[in-house]
Amino acid sequence: MPQTLHYLRETASQTAGPYVHIGLAPGAAGFHIYDQELGHDIAGPNARGQRIRVEGLVIDGTGSAVKDVLLEVWQANADGYYAHPEGGKEVEDGFRGWGRVITDFETGEWGFDTVKPGAVMGRHGRPMAPHLNLWIVARGINLGLNTRMYFEDEAQANADDPVINLIEWERRRATLIARRDGERDGVPRYRFDIRLQGEDETVFFDI
Amino acid sequence: MKHAEFYQRDRNVHPPALTPNYKTSAARSPRYAPISLQNSLSEITGPVFGHGDIDPIDRDLIRNYAKDGDPVGERIIVHGRVLDENARPVPETLVEIWQANAGGRYRHRKDTYLAPIDPNFGGCGRTLTDENGYYYFRTVKPGAYPWRNWVNNWRPAHVHVSVFGSGFVQRLITQMYFEGDPLIPHCPIVQTIPDPDAIEQLIAKLDLNATIPLDSIAYKFDIVLRGRRSTLFENRLEGN
Repeated sequence: MPQTLHYLRETASQTAGPYVHIGLAPGAAGFHIYDQELGHDIAGPNARGQRIRVEGLVIDGTGSAVKDVLLEVWQANADGYYAHPEGGKEVEDGFRGWGRVITDFETGEWGFDTVKPGAVMGRHGRPMAPHLNLWIVARGINLGLNTRMYFEDEAQANADDPVINLIEWERRRATLIARRDGERDGVPRYRFDIRLQGEDETVFFDI
Repeated sequence: MKHAEFYQRDRNVHPPALTPNYKTSAARSPRYAPISLQNSLSEITGPVFGHGDIDPIDRDLIRNYAKDGDPVGERIIVHGRVLDENARPVPETLVEIWQANAGGRYRHRKDTYLAPIDPNFGGCGRTLTDENGYYYFRTVKPGAYPWRNWVNNWRPAHVHVSVFGSGFVQRLITQMYFEGDPLIPHCPIVQTIPDPDAIEQLIAKLDLNATIPLDSIAYKFDIVLRGRRSTLFENRLEGN
């Protein structure tokens, strides 16, 4: 008999369900329990770089907005470093780079305020264009969906990005690019709609 | 600096995106295959939480929303460890839970089930694992409840669990079930998981040794996140 490999197996995922707000955004579920809900402030007060707002919808296969999504963002700071022991360098005090938002129960719109991340060093010393890492859970989603949001106004960096270039179908690459959508009070806005199905289904990653 | 990659996710452990018996998945499941991505810094890093983010009482669902007494229901301890696939503990990681009350009703503006809201029960908790990956919560056992899928579907008693790990690739949300619950094999959400062993791993065992005599019964639930390589020459994420 060969030896046994004593690896454990990852715990299986289950849908976050319709009441994910109770656990992860109880204020939205309709009650106050924690003094501090996590994930509201992504960049903190001391963040360097350009303040931005990102907004969008998650759209299902029928073309309807999904109104019970929870979305998490993970991003580098304006210098391209993550707030993590292996993130590269110290980041600004108060910069976490992680946030959590839910969609509006009536409209399905979500949005968050942050700073535009810098380019992050990728594999084999190839820089990756500025991007936000997004993770989407909801009722009917059995395993959280990972995607990335890139910026329309970084055309050259996007053209050179090693991850975007992994996508064989060039027309699908556009699904990862947020559109610049004017400014409000001097803060640029980006629009990023995520399509779960259909002709323009967003590219999701198995990371 | 060299960074170790995480093992690839074993997709056979997880439910596929499209599971027609769980109807909501039909319009919410991507149809194209996800693009497989080798780890970069964007994947192996993830948010770090500390004791300043949470309060010790957050892990006690019997007390963290109580107004004028204890919540109704069977008092339970849910405890266990967060480990990785190498069986190494995942320390100082955030574990968040949410659940229905003992009658099977959620404190949520969208839940209209006829079971009553419990004025002393919020239904959510959070904690950090200790240096050995250990965590515990005190709560009441949630009730089963009906849901609209087929005409007569009932969710087995369950606790929703969210875990971070040390890298964003380990992020996981799952549900914990209770040993002996006859509804488990009938639940279309449980049955989205094709592998019976993977379902077994979601069922917490009665843990008599951890009960508090004359007070609370206990269930043990270990959570396994993806493992990470340690062989140095396999580690090259950057450079050369």
